[in-house]
Amino acid sequence: MKLSQLQVGETGTIVAFTDLEMSVKLMEMGCLPGEIVEVERFAPLGDPMAIRVAGYQLCLRKSEAAVIIIQ
Amino acid sequence: MDIKVALVGNPNTGKSTLFNRLTGLNQKIGNFPGITVDKKTGYTKLVEGRNAEIIDLPGTYSLYPKSNDERIVFQVLADKQNSSYPDVIVLIVDASNLKRNMLLFSQVADLGIPMVLALNMTDLSDKQGIYIHVDKLAAKLGIQVIPISARNNVGIDKLKAAVAYTNKIATQINAVEVNFLAPKAIDEIKFKINSDNDYYALQVLHQHEHLNFFSEKEQQEIEDIEKSNHFESSKIQAAETIARYKHLSTILADVVIDKGTAEKFSFSDKLDSILTHKVWGFAIFLLILFVIFNAIFAWSSYPMDWIEIGFGYITEAGHKYLPAGMLTDLVLDGIIAGLGGIFVFIPQIAILFAFISILEDTGYMSRVTFMMDKIMSKVGLNGKSVVPMIGGLACAVPSIMAARNIENWKDRMITIMVTPLISCSARLPVYILLISLIIPSKTILGIISLQGLALMIMYLISFIAAVLVAWVMKIIIKSKEKSYFIMELPVYRMPRWKNVFYTMFEKSKTFVFEAGKVIIAISIILWVMASFGPGKRFENIDNKYQSALLDTTKTEHVKTLIATEKLENSYVGILGHWIEPAIRPLGYDWKIGIGLITSFAAREAFVGTMATIYSVDGGDEDTLTIRERMASSVNSRTGLPVYSFATGISLMLFYAFAMQCMSTVAIVYRETKGWKWPIIQLAYMTAMAYFAALIAYQLLK
Repeated sequence: MKLSQLQVGETGTIVAFTDLEMSVKLMEMGCLPGEIVEVERFAPLGDPMAIRVAGYQLCLRKSEAAVIIIQ
Repeated sequence: MDIKVALVGNPNTGKSTLFNRLTGLNQKIGNFPGITVDKKTGYTKLVEGRNAEIIDLPGTYSLYPKSNDERIVFQVLADKQNSSYPDVIVLIVDASNLKRNMLLFSQVADLGIPMVLALNMTDLSDKQGIYIHVDKLAAKLGIQVIPISARNNVGIDKLKAAVAYTNKIATQINAVEVNFLAPKAIDEIKFKINSDNDYYALQVLHQHEHLNFFSEKEQQEIEDIEKSNHFESSKIQAAETIARYKHLSTILADVVIDKGTAEKFSFSDKLDSILTHKVWGFAIFLLILFVIFNAIFAWSSYPMDWIEIGFGYITEAGHKYLPAGMLTDLVLDGIIAGLGGIFVFIPQIAILFAFISILEDTGYMSRVTFMMDKIMSKVGLNGKSVVPMIGGLACAVPSIMAARNIENWKDRMITIMVTPLISCSARLPVYILLISLIIPSKTILGIISLQGLALMIMYLISFIAAVLVAWVMKIIIKSKEKSYFIMELPVYRMPRWKNVFYTMFEKSKTFVFEAGKVIIAISIILWVMASFGPGKRFENIDNKYQSALLDTTKTEHVKTLIATEKLENSYVGILGHWIEPAIRPLGYDWKIGIGLITSFAAREAFVGTMATIYSVDGGDEDTLTIRERMASSVNSRTGLPVYSFATGISLMLFYAFAMQCMSTVAIVYRETKGWKWPIIQLAYMTAMAYFAALIAYQLLK
């Protein structure tokens, strides 16, 4: 399942990335395989989304969240 | 200077607060040699009379840069010959989010430069129930770890002492063995550049293209090593990042004790649910903008009056006590009048920047970015374009530089192209002058000032224009690059009033000095051009009125006639008359024409120009302010007031759209590395300004 498919309040564990270049950036920001992510909210117009990961809030576009595979 | 200290850390860790704390007002902004990223340096006293130069490096999450700004960090730390190369690095981390922050630490530590770890925001982490074993951490890392709270001024003296006593040889324990990532390539590079540092060699493999101290031959050799070893940059970066986090987990395991209170972010969450709400979010954003513009007018009127009266008094006293003559006139009517035109806007600029810095400091600005990304990406911009565009309210020059934070080339280019459309503080004087001339100073519904409303509308027009132009450019410019929007949303915090104060001071100072230089120069040139005319024209005017002057009862009236006729026949008058046919359809006379010409150097020169022209013009000298003189001026052709509603609106629209700023043209040239973009920008903005002003005047007159 992709992170972008979660609803507000749902959580998942990161397992893999589908884009190598983006994965470096995401991991630097704390999105590591094994980390638990929770969807906090969507922007008023539905995109981007705010997630809680590694103890802080990160926002990213749905298209970017789609490269994160979760369980 | 005894030692050089570099501040390195993630964004939102309080790095600039620490910088301000250490250096106070004793700081300056310059450039890194050869590149256009702002370099903030300052000085501080450590202990026992030792001084340190502090360099504030751009905030970054890792040594692998995602933008030009972030690239500086490695460029400085990699180059021992760089004038900013530090003796000691202070790595500042957010104690409430230690693991992610420590990634950068572990990369920097492996470069082998002496360092101190500053554990910031300890007040926040305490509140969140996070306990950090400082001594244990220090022992594991092999360096001094100092808990501080830059915001509350806690631990700063200890940090200074730690920096002063830092060993000249790096003591940190090598964190991560990176050789396994690309053993052969790393060994070859180490041999080539004569270094024994594996990690430095690895970084050179990744980033040598951006290190300008390698010769072309060396670059080629490094490139060859990369090729022969099949060096895959992204893959190796990913593997390194995972290895580092693994190592950090073991280090931090018994150092950070999270007493785990689930209520950690409840306050921020509640605020977010209102501030980024579908309806309330946008409503509050608009309300905040309105409050800002209302305040700019309401709060600044008294200090502005004082400044105006003060300069009026100086001019009056000068004319009374100084010997009459050319030099006195130049100083009083040229320089002092020009200076007055600049100083009078300090209150407004200070208020605008106070608000911008509060919005940034509280964390609200990143929510605006978050809310706006969808709309912005529709028109070819990026949520991150909001910051340059809001910064454009102040000045396009630093904002265009701030667009470097946008990783994507096309997004960045479009942001650069439209940022100068946003009404900057240089237009503010022009708007304020014109609004006060054509809009009555009334309030409706008790609290809403008509003038404030008019000002807000001018700003909205500029935003709409920027969005429309961006949308057109999105269609025209082609690019295949992906656009990113991965960003931290910091927790809401109270603004740091000291930071707000520094920003106000810094920006007002920059305005006075940067804009001031241009304005003073223009004021002097203008005064000369307004005081002299070609050939014998001035002499002829004097001769013409000689007999009339003998009638002593009408001296004042005749003098005014002489002054006006002289101005018309001076060099500026001739220039103004020369362009009058082109601007008459817009509702302007030759005096405004002079203003337009001088404003091509800088917009705010319009006000100074008007001040100079109308003080040369005479009229009832001394008693009236420039504003009153302009309001009472009539068109010599029609006999109607020059500043009618139609002309005022037309002129404001012209200033809203025209690219009248040499500094912006220069910065766009520097940022885009060529004349193509600045020329396109100058052309489209001038055309837009002319036609908007034309249509407005023809419809309203």
